[in-house]
Amino acid sequence: MALAKRIIPCLDIDDGRVVKGVQFVDIRDAGDPVAVARRYDQQGADEITMLDISASHQGRDTMVQTVAQIASQVFIPLTVGGGIRTCEDIRRMLNAGADKVSINTAAIKQPEFVRQAADQFGCQCIVVAIDAKDISGSDEPSRWEIFTHGGRQATGLDAVCWAEKMVHLGAGEILLTSMDQDGMQNGFDLPLTRTISKAVSVPVIASGGVGNLDHLVQGVLQGKADAVLAASIFHFDEYTIPQAKGYMALQGIEMRL
Amino acid sequence: MKSVAVIDYGMGNLHSVAKALEHVAPRTRVWVTSDAVKIRSADHIVLPGVGAIRDCMAAICHLGVDVIIAEVIGHKPLLGICVGLQALVQHSSENGGVNCLGHLPGSAHCFSNGYGLESAGLKVPHMGWNQVIQQPHCLWQNIADWSRFYFAHSYFVQSDQSQVVAGQCHYGLDFAVALARDNVFAVQFHPEKSQLAGLTLLNNFLAWDGS
Repeated sequence: MALAKRIIPCLDIDDGRVVKGVQFVDIRDAGDPVAVARRYDQQGADEITMLDISASHQGRDTMVQTVAQIASQVFIPLTVGGGIRTCEDIRRMLNAGADKVSINTAAIKQPEFVRQAADQFGCQCIVVAIDAKDISGSDEPSRWEIFTHGGRQATGLDAVCWAEKMVHLGAGEILLTSMDQDGMQNGFDLPLTRTISKAVSVPVIASGGVGNLDHLVQGVLQGKADAVLAASIFHFDEYTIPQAKGYMALQGIEMRL
Repeated sequence: MKSVAVIDYGMGNLHSVAKALEHVAPRTRVWVTSDAVKIRSADHIVLPGVGAIRDCMAAICHLGVDVIIAEVIGHKPLLGICVGLQALVQHSSENGGVNCLGHLPGSAHCFSNGYGLESAGLKVPHMGWNQVIQQPHCLWQNIADWSRFYFAHSYFVQSDQSQVVAGQCHYGLDFAVALARDNVFAVQFHPEKSQLAGLTLLNNFLAWDGS
């Protein structure tokens, strides 16, 4: 008997629509976040993460409604990220039905925000998202730096120290994305994932780079991730969640089947 | 029309619990409330909770929820969830030690406090889907033994009175994840977030008369 490793499909949502393309063969409107979330729920996803990439205020208001609609039909944990800057933002999302929020840029601008948020809402609902890039030279041991703005802006922050600091301030989970691997479908940055996972006491969700089911297995067995997040391999029906879980279980990973 | 009161004492996410109850019982009125009159008049009562136990207990006492619970506890089916379970036991070691309501025998302890989880590579919080070993109780009806439920907690409950333990889990050590006595059933996991198994438990709770 053991805690299962989790598979978390991720939806990027812009102004109430799923973007980056979702093409399930058997749902009528693949851009509708509620339809997509329901589909993942029925397939046995362990959680769902939704990232709001709307640029406008209107888009962010729409996100609250989207979360509320999904939360009234999908009864697995929901994490919402994107544009979470204040405790009021968190409250709005939790009231809409989110279980956790993911904080990224706001934590970098003001680390104390993480402490405030954890104090007010409990660390179990505060996920800190870390976007890291390998900045080591070819002969050096690996070093990773935190980047913002989709990997364009360096912060000078060391990823391992930053992860430790975020946990110290109250992060209950780390959502770790390799900006080198994101979108490449070549697999997670396993040394990064393993290094962060060993450095912190809280669960780490590996993200960025999944292109096939072996990548999910590697994330857990080699990267020591507690959960794996993926978007495109599930969105395009390339693999279903049950397929992924079955495959991981065959490799000896504890899964909720 | 039957009614269920989800006690709102300002701690945490009540939307999920209310939505899940509405989903399993569309013909039941679901109140999210701290109003004593409403809670007294409801057929079923849910005591949820997230966050730190000191804040939870302070809010429970400040709003007089402790008095209401003491009053209804012998009369109506009551379901505690997560910190709601921890509030119902006698004591928690969180926040330097907090006395809880004491309606169930047991106490809450921290996973990261000398139980060797770290050396076993186990993360705290205990977060995700774990298996529950059931003891016979009507709230487990139609839920397979060893079914997985969703957990998110850093403190766990133990009870030296095995007859009240209705469910157990293992994460580095064995601990109680469901305590039951008379018309009280309290769980560490989140049935409202545990998909079919969780919704079935909520449905069983609403069908339960407390005996």
